[in-house]
Amino acid sequence: MSKEEDKMATRRKALTDLVKGAGYLALGGLTWGGYVKEAKATEFALRPPGALPEKDFVKACIKCGLCVEHCPYDTLLLSEHGDKKVIGTPYFDARTIPCYMCVDIPCVPVCPTGALDVTLLTSIDEETQEEKLDINKSKMGVAVVDPDNCVAFWGIQCDACYRACPLLDEAISLVYEKNERTGKHAFLKPEVHREVCTGCGLCEHACITEEASIIVLPHEIVTGKVGDHYIKGWDKNDENRLRKEKELEKIGDDMKSTLDYLNSTDDLLDEE
Amino acid sequence: MKNSKYLILRRLVQLGLLALFIGGNVYGWKVLEGNYSTALVFESFHLSDPYAVLQMLATFYMPLSEVIIGALILFFFYALIGGRAFCSWVCPINIITDTAAYIQRKYKIKPLMKTREVNRNLRYYVLGLGLVLSSIFGIAAFELINPITVLHRALIFGIGFSSSIVLIVFLFDLLILEHGYCGHICPVGALYAATGRFRAIKVYHDKDNCTLCMKCKIVCPEPQVLGLIGKETAKIKTAECTNCARCIDVCDDDALKFKL
Repeated sequence: MSKEEDKMATRRKALTDLVKGAGYLALGGLTWGGYVKEAKATEFALRPPGALPEKDFVKACIKCGLCVEHCPYDTLLLSEHGDKKVIGTPYFDARTIPCYMCVDIPCVPVCPTGALDVTLLTSIDEETQEEKLDINKSKMGVAVVDPDNCVAFWGIQCDACYRACPLLDEAISLVYEKNERTGKHAFLKPEVHREVCTGCGLCEHACITEEASIIVLPHEIVTGKVGDHYIKGWDKNDENRLRKEKELEKIGDDMKSTLDYLNSTDDLLDEE
Repeated sequence: MKNSKYLILRRLVQLGLLALFIGGNVYGWKVLEGNYSTALVFESFHLSDPYAVLQMLATFYMPLSEVIIGALILFFFYALIGGRAFCSWVCPINIITDTAAYIQRKYKIKPLMKTREVNRNLRYYVLGLGLVLSSIFGIAAFELINPITVLHRALIFGIGFSSSIVLIVFLFDLLILEHGYCGHICPVGALYAATGRFRAIKVYHDKDNCTLCMKCKIVCPEPQVLGLIGKETAKIKTAECTNCARCIDVCDDDALKFKL
């Protein structure tokens, strides 16, 4: 073999090896990546108090199980394959064991990564002006009532969820309504106040129907989004938002370019 | 058992740590709480797996200082002192892969591929790929499949389907690739292998005592590190050596020992 051919052969081999290596990487990356994507696309999970928003939570959770270990009620579980949660992360099933809202919140300060964020559960004590843990600030989820199956909506008296709620009359209140069917009774319908509800699930746990008719769902699932194009005209802040946007529009206002754009026939004519 | 001093010692350490983890969870012992990704020691500080924390950083999440410091402690401990001692003295998966290798030797089971047939550098690519995927998908990619933590969870929170990955590792090592998982794939060990070159504790080989019986090469889970056997009197440099000391155990000629 001549020197030239030798060089070519080496070069060819290096090139093949490179492509082969890239192929292995692609094979591994796509298989593994596919699994990761699938493993992350999970059903909703109720997280411990003080959990970051789900997207950040799954990044931050190191799956050490310290929160689970420190939960005195065995509320928290670590997810397994088949639980339809990101594997190894903590969650709870409110119907089985709800969060009993410990005042000292043992599960949160023990989190070493900040996936459970103490600052989200801290408030200032009115008397001492010192920071204190406040479990009532937790936003694990929101209770949602199924009015078709809640017997209170049928006219049967049941206030199990209302009584079970640790924020009685704040997170759930009873709405009195006349029962037109009987003409002489009242409905006592439970109503959840989202801004107060902590998502502890004591109501779901207490619900007397076969499958709970009040269930806790994560905020991401129950919260809608209006978008920017609706303005509350009666709300000063929202009005100001409109004004600000108007001003922004003015800055970009250029009559000539607007007219040119409107008068332009460029897009209207067929191209020959 | 004769010639098993270090082996027994290692198993005691591995099982002892596992027992402390389980005790921490079941009986509330305060020595080691958490898992192999991050463990709270005596309720005062964390020891964290550097690779787990690296993956977290790759998702652009900045954790609290507890795990950062915990990861730095372990990183420097293994880089400057222990080398891959995590793999052979701490990691519970090591018991499983060692068992697979033992069964292979004892019953002369031939896996599909011998260890030298597959590039040992594969693990460094797995290491890198894990970080890239963590970054792309916004979740610690290797921690979803890490058999170390899966085994730990299975032992503490109950044997679920995910623990089958432990059996997969065992069968993979036994039937597909000799020393397959720990020697070719695991990125946790790969990180220590890549950084442990300047570790204080190394295995030292004395050529003059060596009778070239090659028992050490038969038991070694990383036989490529024993290239110096019978050739030169020196310490094993490459940190792919796990400091498991099986070679020291089986050597009848006093040709291998630990040296600082």
